[in-house]
Amino acid sequence: MKNQQTKQNQIKKEPLLRLVKRDALSAKKIILIYAIAIVVSLLLSSVICSLFSSKNPLDFFASLFNGALGSSRRIWLLLQDTALLLGVAVALVPAFKMKFWNLGGNGQILVGCLAAVSCMFYLGGKLPDPLLILLMTVASIVAGAVWGVLPAIFKALFGTNESLFTLMLNYIATGLVSMFITIWVKSGSGVLEPIKFGNFPNLFGNKHLLTVLVFLILAVMMYIYLKYTKHGYEIAVVGDSPNTAKYIGIDVRKVIIRTMVISGALAGIVGLFLAGGIHHTISTASANNMGFTAIMATWLAAFNPLIMIGTCFFIIFISRGMVEVRGNFGFTNDSIANIVIGLVYFCVIACSFFITYHVVFRQGSAKNVKTDEKKGDK
Amino acid sequence: MEKQTVIELRGITKRFGASVIANNNVSIDVKRGEILSVLGENGCGKTTLMNMLAGIYYPDEGTILIHGEEASIRSPKDAFRYNIGMIHQHFKLIDVFTAAENIVIGTGDGEKYDIKAAKTRISEMSKKYGFHIELDKKVHEMSVSEKQTVEIVKALYRGADVLILDEPTAVLTPQEIDRLFDVLRAMREDGKSVIIITHKLNEVMAISDRVTVLRKGEHVKTVNTSETNEKELADMMVGQKVTLNIDRPLPENSELRLEVEKLTLAGNEGHLVLDDVSFNAYSGEILGIAGIAGSGQRELLESIAGLHHLQNGSVTYYNPKKDKPITFYHKTFERVMELAHEGMLRYADGRDFTGKDENGKPLSKKVISAQVNAGEIFFKEDEIINLREQTPLQIRELGVRFSFVPEDRLGMGLVGDMDITDNMMLRSYRRGKSVFVDRKAPEDLANEIVESLQVVTPNTHTPVRRLSGGNVQKVLVGREIAAGPKVLMAAYPVRGLDINSSYTIYNLLTEQKKSGVAVIFVGEDLDVLLSLCDRIMVIAGGKVMGTVDARKAKKEDIGLMMTGAVLKEENQEGGSL
Repeated sequence: MKNQQTKQNQIKKEPLLRLVKRDALSAKKIILIYAIAIVVSLLLSSVICSLFSSKNPLDFFASLFNGALGSSRRIWLLLQDTALLLGVAVALVPAFKMKFWNLGGNGQILVGCLAAVSCMFYLGGKLPDPLLILLMTVASIVAGAVWGVLPAIFKALFGTNESLFTLMLNYIATGLVSMFITIWVKSGSGVLEPIKFGNFPNLFGNKHLLTVLVFLILAVMMYIYLKYTKHGYEIAVVGDSPNTAKYIGIDVRKVIIRTMVISGALAGIVGLFLAGGIHHTISTASANNMGFTAIMATWLAAFNPLIMIGTCFFIIFISRGMVEVRGNFGFTNDSIANIVIGLVYFCVIACSFFITYHVVFRQGSAKNVKTDEKKGDK
Repeated sequence: MEKQTVIELRGITKRFGASVIANNNVSIDVKRGEILSVLGENGCGKTTLMNMLAGIYYPDEGTILIHGEEASIRSPKDAFRYNIGMIHQHFKLIDVFTAAENIVIGTGDGEKYDIKAAKTRISEMSKKYGFHIELDKKVHEMSVSEKQTVEIVKALYRGADVLILDEPTAVLTPQEIDRLFDVLRAMREDGKSVIIITHKLNEVMAISDRVTVLRKGEHVKTVNTSETNEKELADMMVGQKVTLNIDRPLPENSELRLEVEKLTLAGNEGHLVLDDVSFNAYSGEILGIAGIAGSGQRELLESIAGLHHLQNGSVTYYNPKKDKPITFYHKTFERVMELAHEGMLRYADGRDFTGKDENGKPLSKKVISAQVNAGEIFFKEDEIINLREQTPLQIRELGVRFSFVPEDRLGMGLVGDMDITDNMMLRSYRRGKSVFVDRKAPEDLANEIVESLQVVTPNTHTPVRRLSGGNVQKVLVGREIAAGPKVLMAAYPVRGLDINSSYTIYNLLTEQKKSGVAVIFVGEDLDVLLSLCDRIMVIAGGKVMGTVDARKAKKEDIGLMMTGAVLKEENQEGGSL
């Protein structure tokens, strides 16, 4: 009798939850899982937002879509912001593919922007606009590349940690920007008025189209660069296994430095568009934290520049939509909007766990596995 | 008299994902006072099965009975409650602690930490079973064998009655293995149960009372060792008859290919990893390198391949080029000009080629290229190339055809996240002036290797990380051989491979030898070294202990040399071939 009991106790001791690794899922299923995660997170968000105001969850969705797509101006702003974020993501992705954690996107954008604005400030009116724009382009690319290559040189030659290095350069870039603003602006307002020179021309009468096109093209080019060129191949080898790179005679230092020149230069181009195409001025917040937001976009896209178009669009869609929600729901600050954005990210990232594993519960574990397999068959 | 059953496994099944069944309905039992061998090829589920006894994994199906009662072993702690101790292949000791501290640590909650009493107990235990253990020695100062002893004592100290050893002899010298077996026998006399996971038949025969054979996750049979023999066990293990002898033709037309002299390399901590190593490798022979793991074998091959900065010594490559035309396939234009200036080249009619015309005027690059491409320029002598201080890329640009199968396949030889095709390109992707990579030729090569070496893979676009160890190795060896080497270096090319895959590799190496390649083979299984190689160089602690004729040498002698003993002159092979 007692024997029987201990036996039962011991059987019960099987762990409550166990994780079982899945076989590779099909692309269709993975997309479905992500879609479900997004829908679930938005539903949750709508409920949370309605709890804090008099509106109902349906209003949430109405506001969200209205904010992002409500008018043709909003649609173009959505596309433009998507393109800018995509530009930063395209800049970061070769470094990430090499497992070089470039956290200095903000700084690289800022110095690119600063270089372009300097050209506009000092040479505006003295040179014809086309020449000025050409100079701005060169200056931003060089500035961004320098900001990117500094940590790369130190990493390649002395093995310094690139994350800290790039991060610290962000502060230096911010400092440089405030310094120049103080020099340029005598009025004490601390705001540099938009400069009329060196502004990018409208394309087909649309002032957003150029930005959108340029970064779309850059994304496609980056895709080709990473996938089909010898440089891209070297980046992948260095990222995956530096020892293998050494073994086959790839100069790892050279690849690190070269890739970070490209990464920084591309971030510089984003800065160029902020200066010449959009704000025509600069502030310490010009980068709009895209250097960090873009990290999210690259990871969600598994470092694939084409998928990044989608992830950047999604991120901008949510954040622009939430601005409208915030207004309509009468929230007086950003906190709830940030909670919602955090929640969406969380759900999307968490679901990648379920793509790799599935959970087996203690009771009737065999049955669970079976039903799971049946689902899989469909 | 029937011995008492301690552990019984009934219908154990363990899956990893839906498609990998590590163990399928395995039922075995372990008796008191016996040594049970669990035998099987790599990847047959031996370790997985034992890990379920040790609390690392939990079975998906089936029950474990301990002393006749159903048991649930969820963690290593549970395993200890049931008096089961497992010694894993990778030791789990704290380097900066002494032996005694490592043994005592983590025992009994709330018990008073009394190292003195513990030491007395450990000493008694050591005497009883015949351990040699220095209790105050720190783990990081210990040899592998000493660490293993600490692990075993630790398990016994915690009261293990059932001791599981995962491939305990893999890293030991023959002498150390004998000592380990004596200890295990003493434990058996004391009524303990010992389970040894192994794939070495001779050890099974030497030590165990019964043998359980697993194949592809299934239990084939359990037999009494006294009623079986190696041949029968091997048949059970692989499921079909395997010839245990390796074809070994005599070397033909051996020529000096690689000369290593006084190679000295310092490790990170400043000690010498390689100390004055000199040897020659000849075409058409397999030179084996024997030694305990970590004696400098890896560094030796890496040094030759140009991956280390040497303190001293030279590596010279003898390129058999006499009277052969020079081509741009292996030589750059700059190298051709260098050779011309050294007076190494001639025209077909015997005139020197110096890169200048009759009047002493330099020829244009176009003219020279045309002459080289037309095969009009020949080597006067064999090319002698100094490889010291050259990077792997420079070595290749010098036209040296080295292939190297490194020990760390996924960490150095291949890129795990890339597919087979992309891994094929590692050596060749630079070819051509285009900025784009050409995947056509590598794809063909990948298909060819998959087919000819029977690589088990869904297709050539599967990341190599997903392949099993044997298939990863086939991909790597296949690529290195496809490069058409003159010198082929392979470090532990069959480590972790099952018998069939191992033989595929042995045959490939032998074929290379027959076609005139100088093969350098770093191995760990002395039986294999003795039946595959022509000569065996033994190194210990980074020094060459001697080179023996593999057809005449005795296994015990090599084992002795591996521990650092220099063999008497008469047993050594005199001079070179």
